[in-house]
Amino acid sequence: MKKYTYTEKKDTRSGFGVGLHEAAKKNPNIVALTADLKGSLKMDAFEKDFPERFFQIGIAEANMIGIAAGMTIGGKIPFTGTFANFSTGRVYDQIRQSVAYSYKNVKICASHAGLTLGEDGATHQILEDIGLMKMLPGMVVINPCDYNQTKAATMAIAEYEGPVYLRFGRPSIPVFTDPDQVFEIGKAWMVNEGTDVTIIATGHMVWKAIEAGEQLAELGIDAEIINIHTIKPLDEEAILKSVQKTGCVVTCEEHNKFGGLGESVARLLSTELPSPQEFVAVNDSFGESGTPDQLMTKYGLDTINIVEAVQKVIKRKK
Amino acid sequence: MKHTINELEDIVSQVRRDIVRMVHGCQSGHPGGSLGCAEFFTALYFETMNHSTDFKMDGVGEDLFFLSNGHISPVFYSVLARSGYFDVSELATFRKLNSRVQGHPTTHEGLPGIRIASGSLGQGMSVAIGAALTKKLNKDHSLVFSLHGDGELQEGQNWEAIMFAPHNKVDNLISTIDYNGQQIDGPTEKVLSLESLEAKFEAFGWHVITSSGNNMEEIVKSLEYAKSLTGKGRPILNLMSTQMGYGVDYMVGSHKWHGTAPNDEQLASALAQNKETLGDY
Repeated sequence: MKKYTYTEKKDTRSGFGVGLHEAAKKNPNIVALTADLKGSLKMDAFEKDFPERFFQIGIAEANMIGIAAGMTIGGKIPFTGTFANFSTGRVYDQIRQSVAYSYKNVKICASHAGLTLGEDGATHQILEDIGLMKMLPGMVVINPCDYNQTKAATMAIAEYEGPVYLRFGRPSIPVFTDPDQVFEIGKAWMVNEGTDVTIIATGHMVWKAIEAGEQLAELGIDAEIINIHTIKPLDEEAILKSVQKTGCVVTCEEHNKFGGLGESVARLLSTELPSPQEFVAVNDSFGESGTPDQLMTKYGLDTINIVEAVQKVIKRKK
Repeated sequence: MKHTINELEDIVSQVRRDIVRMVHGCQSGHPGGSLGCAEFFTALYFETMNHSTDFKMDGVGEDLFFLSNGHISPVFYSVLARSGYFDVSELATFRKLNSRVQGHPTTHEGLPGIRIASGSLGQGMSVAIGAALTKKLNKDHSLVFSLHGDGELQEGQNWEAIMFAPHNKVDNLISTIDYNGQQIDGPTEKVLSLESLEAKFEAFGWHVITSSGNNMEEIVKSLEYAKSLTGKGRPILNLMSTQMGYGVDYMVGSHKWHGTAPNDEQLASALAQNKETLGDY
């Protein structure tokens, strides 16, 4: 197992804030919009340095999505920022008609995704957003795994022409990816090469997959770990190549098991390479109040859950 | 003026023929609101707006128009074709398979003149505001126009947009309300009363003007007046009274023709009331 270490923990939303600021320095057409959550989305530096390109929309997410769609007409590249729940479920029809169907170059940037939002509880903890967004034709869906990757992803989507959903979170988690990485949309990252099982993880679950890989190594199981940061378009080639070798797969995501990364992988494998698969994901449930760690444990998204899923899926191999 | 009122009225007559023929041709679509807005669209595209029929999505340096109540697509398509965005023969494909002239306006099939999809109601004002903000950032002094149904104002997103535009001094925007008092299920006053739209928009900080949308001369003057009010710190709201189905006697003023197609006999009657001036498609 390749050794991964970290010297600090940071929130992925801060990676977004820095990435947005960097991208804005390079490209004067980048504009930022928020629905009364500029602090939570770490947009303060953008507002300070580019005040004329910053738009405070107020608590009006539907209007924000529509304004963003309109701003593309004339060449602006709008980045909208609010919580994941208010970035997707609340404004699904606005995104569907004004952004996706109209194919506008809007970047929907969503913080506080999943259970790790914590104490605010289920009204704010969306676990359905990946599913909602990946179903929209033409929508790119990205869920980076740490501060550095989120920063790189933010800069990369600024260069991409078309609608994007960028999902990140609130808690401080280990920073373990390369600070100078080049983010390639739709290209899986091989975290660790192995032969016994393929662990596919996205977002906050990638570090847990690494922890699981270390524990599995002690048990004599050689896990291949792949970071799928781009859920759509899915890097089918990387997944098929890996599962061809290992013969089984465990998918890990901070999302409902229905509609997420796991189902995208299952769809691919069922048609191309039928293989045993286990899902580490929320079991069709809403969340609740609690600390991020408590919630990840209660809802079965911990390192131990990945280890157990691997042991189970390996037994199912023929 | 680029055209005389008589010339514009001749165009309107042809547009009305196009509308009823399109809706009759596929036996679906929305003739009522389309007919009621024939003067408005004709004025906008033949007189008011500075625009190019050499269509470019970004529309830099030209006035832009956004239709929020997308179901009145027949009048939009007719006027786009008649003003030169695409060939009028394409109107015959309205609502048919493999057509660019979809049931509701969309950018998806690349029809020139359409800059956003609309149909699901209440979204157009936000989009128009966005385009107006980009014009300001680009130091582009052209204007943004939009049209909304009165019943459509029951959608909440409008009021988010209506609150936003004056606060942010979006004064390069002229939004028009098609104030015909009708919606699918009946008169707006019965379905969900709009009360005083004039007072509502004024309270939100808009500069409100009223106009008579089925009088060619008046609507041209009203739009010119609206243009003279731009650049003064406030968005402009044109509260335009129209009659649903105007120009076809058996359709006038009735919500029953919101989304119903005429039969052969009714088509003949409608065409007899609107002379062919520019040649049918």
